[in-house]
Amino acid sequence: MKLPTWFHKLASPPHFYRLAGAMAPWFLWSSVLLIAVGAYGGLVLAPPDYQQGDGFRIIYVHVPSAYLSTLVYAIMATAAGIGLIWRMKLAHAVAAAAAPVGAWFTFLALVTGAIWGKPMWGTYWEWDPRLTSELILLFLYLGYISLRQAYDDPGKADRASAVLALVGVVNLPIIHYSVIWWSSIHQGPTIKKLDAPSITMEMAWPLFTMIIAYTLFFAAMLLQRVRAEVLDRERNARWVAEVVQLPAEGR
Amino acid sequence: MKPRRQRMLAVIIILAGVGLAVGLALQAFQENLLFFYSPTQVLAGEQPDDRKFRLGGLVASGSLQRKPGELEVTFLVTDNSNAVPVSYTGVLPDLFREGQGVIAHGVLRSDGSFEAEEVLAKHDENYMPPEVAEMLAEQGHPSAAETVIAN
Repeated sequence: MKLPTWFHKLASPPHFYRLAGAMAPWFLWSSVLLIAVGAYGGLVLAPPDYQQGDGFRIIYVHVPSAYLSTLVYAIMATAAGIGLIWRMKLAHAVAAAAAPVGAWFTFLALVTGAIWGKPMWGTYWEWDPRLTSELILLFLYLGYISLRQAYDDPGKADRASAVLALVGVVNLPIIHYSVIWWSSIHQGPTIKKLDAPSITMEMAWPLFTMIIAYTLFFAAMLLQRVRAEVLDRERNARWVAEVVQLPAEGR
Repeated sequence: MKPRRQRMLAVIIILAGVGLAVGLALQAFQENLLFFYSPTQVLAGEQPDDRKFRLGGLVASGSLQRKPGELEVTFLVTDNSNAVPVSYTGVLPDLFREGQGVIAHGVLRSDGSFEAEEVLAKHDENYMPPEVAEMLAEQGHPSAAETVIAN
């Protein structure tokens, strides 16, 4: 299987560096705008829940974080797989840049879940299938990051960590279906693909806004982090010298 | 075979192999992965005898009894076909009410009642404003009805 030419052109570091630099601010500012809209809709406009009152509003942080924690892993593993199969350095750079962001989203999902769990369920933590598989996701991210740092040679770090990222993919369906396959304290999914969400529209639209905002925020972070990663990897290339020295000459 | 194809095959084998291994392991541990047992399972004696376990179900409507001046409460946990009496001494979570899902952690006494050391509330995946819940209750919607009556 061959990859299309535009994909290879995209993978050329100087080209990607420029393109990502132009795109990142758009993603960042649209995400900031949508977070403001979503927060206002969720914290002010949405009515309190019939059971949880105002306490349910933490959903506007918890659900987007948890969603991103798995989405980022899927992106990271896909990039690592592409890097492994097609020997594409930029793909490895994307995987490496995504990992810390994904780890933070996972951490945020676990912490907001614990804060939500205490008043509603009566406990911060239970060794429940959903909670445990999400914790394993955090360990997968941390393992991936540490494994990369254990190698001095970036090529070896890329290949070894890519295998770990691929092995961890098995955890994603487990997280998603944990509340369906096993008895769990965590309720089932509110937003289903093929069904109307079990949440009224006034509460749902700020949630969807926040999910889109978090995704755009991740895109902005990823692009900037990959740019930094590319500069570091290509530090001996001539184009990097040109990019870095240009502002100095202008002074 | 070209090296690229070989690497692609290796990636597919990793994904399939790990998926299969974890799938089989989870299948084998299916019983131990039960977070809680239903009243029907407890009456059939499926729960572990030698250690504490969790009992999950709904608090049966009209079954909650408090001893005056004490923290001790008793209630029935039901899965709509069987019920187990539960006793608990302590503070209940905010969402605890009749008709609500609960998970009790404790031991089964010889008289068939469950002595809970911890009671957790479970909530469902529905979010709606109180007015909508009341409207659904008036229309006789099954899930929202019980909770609102319990309020």
